[in-house]
Amino acid sequence: MRNAFAEEMVKLGEADPRVVLLSGDIGNKLFDPFKERCPGRFFNCGIAEANMMGVAAGMAMSGLRPVVYTITPFTTTRCFEQIRVDVCYHHAPVIIVGTGSGLSYAELGPTHHSCEDLAILRTLPGMTVFAPCDKVELRLGLAAGLRQDGPLYMRIGKKGEPVIHKEAPDFALGKMLTVRPGDEICLLVAGTIMAPALEAAERLAAAGRSVRVESVHTVKPLDEARLAEIFQRCRLVAAIEEHGRIGGLAGAVAEWAAPRGALARTRFLSFGVEDRFMKDVGSQDYARAQFGLSAEVMADALAEAWAGNGIRAVG
Amino acid sequence: MTSDSQTLDQLARTLRARIIANSHRTGTPHLGSCLSCVDILTTLYWSVLRLDPAKPDDPARDRFILSKGHAAPALFQTLALAGFFPYERLSDYGQDGSLFGEHPPTPGPVPGIEAATGSLGHGLPLALGMALAARVQKRDSRFYVLLGDGECNEGSVWEAAMMGAAEKLGSVTVIVDYNKWQATGRSDEVLALGPLADKWRAFGWRAEEIDGHDLAALPGKLAPDGGEGPRAFIAHTIKGRGVSFMEDDNNWHYRIPNADEVAAACRELGVAA
Repeated sequence: MRNAFAEEMVKLGEADPRVVLLSGDIGNKLFDPFKERCPGRFFNCGIAEANMMGVAAGMAMSGLRPVVYTITPFTTTRCFEQIRVDVCYHHAPVIIVGTGSGLSYAELGPTHHSCEDLAILRTLPGMTVFAPCDKVELRLGLAAGLRQDGPLYMRIGKKGEPVIHKEAPDFALGKMLTVRPGDEICLLVAGTIMAPALEAAERLAAAGRSVRVESVHTVKPLDEARLAEIFQRCRLVAAIEEHGRIGGLAGAVAEWAAPRGALARTRFLSFGVEDRFMKDVGSQDYARAQFGLSAEVMADALAEAWAGNGIRAVG
Repeated sequence: MTSDSQTLDQLARTLRARIIANSHRTGTPHLGSCLSCVDILTTLYWSVLRLDPAKPDDPARDRFILSKGHAAPALFQTLALAGFFPYERLSDYGQDGSLFGEHPPTPGPVPGIEAATGSLGHGLPLALGMALAARVQKRDSRFYVLLGDGECNEGSVWEAAMMGAAEKLGSVTVIVDYNKWQATGRSDEVLALGPLADKWRAFGWRAEEIDGHDLAALPGKLAPDGGEGPRAFIAHTIKGRGVSFMEDDNNWHYRIPNADEVAAACRELGVAA
């Protein structure tokens, strides 16, 4: 995904002289094409993310369209106050990109995990929160974000994520994309956990269930009309995210659903990272498995819930 | 624009009187912090900054960022006196629904406000971003940032200092209002702040210590010098400057003057409130 991001930045930078790219001392070589094609518009801000975010806001307040890029915890939790005050309070059109989000950097340990970013970023007024499931959505969302007049946060993976959308979808920020049609169970998926979610759907389908899968690439603002239709139609809905189970997509959907009575007929499950730090390291798949974020575990839990055995805490 | 020290002195006296009267009328604190930077604000707005109050959004304008946002009462009075908006607009100061309070609002509704500051350590990064934008946009705007000495506790100030030096941003001038106090104690004691000029030099800035109340010298000092790289002025100031019973007394960080104290202050300043 980060390669797609770098390629897209070159295209967008060439098309719009206001586009500038700020990096927190990462992306060695990755941005060489941008530096070459958009001279004077790449800024290595060093390992100083609080300053980088303020600089980006100042640039945006002067008419540029800055895109800020570094590893997710450092471009979110590290400088949350600068995002809140400099970017969001000023409604500055800054695009904040967190790379290697969720458990992408499982081998680096929890200092480099990000299981809090969706939760905290969506508390900020005016912030669009975007979690593309693949590089197709990433490219479309980045371009759409630059057409907005306010801030956007984007959490992306690292490299080698499978392409979900084989054809260009009819994309708009804030509008879910149906990845797989179905009527009984609906999986609401944010981000690159889409691949195991789709596999879980196939397992359930093989067992006779009709399973719909939606890419909820925009966690804020939620696609409320689509949610209403889904909770009307499907008896079991689950949020799936490579993020803590507190305050992310599941929290956002629950906040929407509860006061509207949408949970009266529909059971709602949450699959995500449980409330603890990992103490060991491993591959991304290993880390996902520690929290039940595998196709097998999710499919079993969904089948059990469908069978009416009650909501099982997962992970 | 003027560099006549008598003219600037009269403007500064008027500003001090209005700030003190406003504090009394509206219960707005940080009087000491406001009074220490009045001469700097006066110099910038009447002698240095290329600003047209009739065109406050001109993209080619110079920028002033009040990073020590708690001195907003001084900035609001300065902008009004400089003609960015009518003085009468301040009549609702501090009331429910007013834009005029303890910190600057976001830019837009109050002409001349460039950034919503108040959380410390934000102004310099914002100014660097604006200065880098001007470089991209090929504009020759200049950027002045007023920091508090206590504000220099914030790590983001020093992150920004390193980047300003790395980018050789000669269009950026920092002025530290070195009034020697922060909210709860001497700024050299709360943390090890000094030697402040040496710190800025070590961070790659052209640093100079100046008298932050010398209206004869400030216009020349703060004027652009065309030199290489960013400048930092460590302006020695006195908290509560201009009123004998407020000077260097940190009680006036939060204290609100009563009517008698306003009258006494205005007598000392030789200005009607």
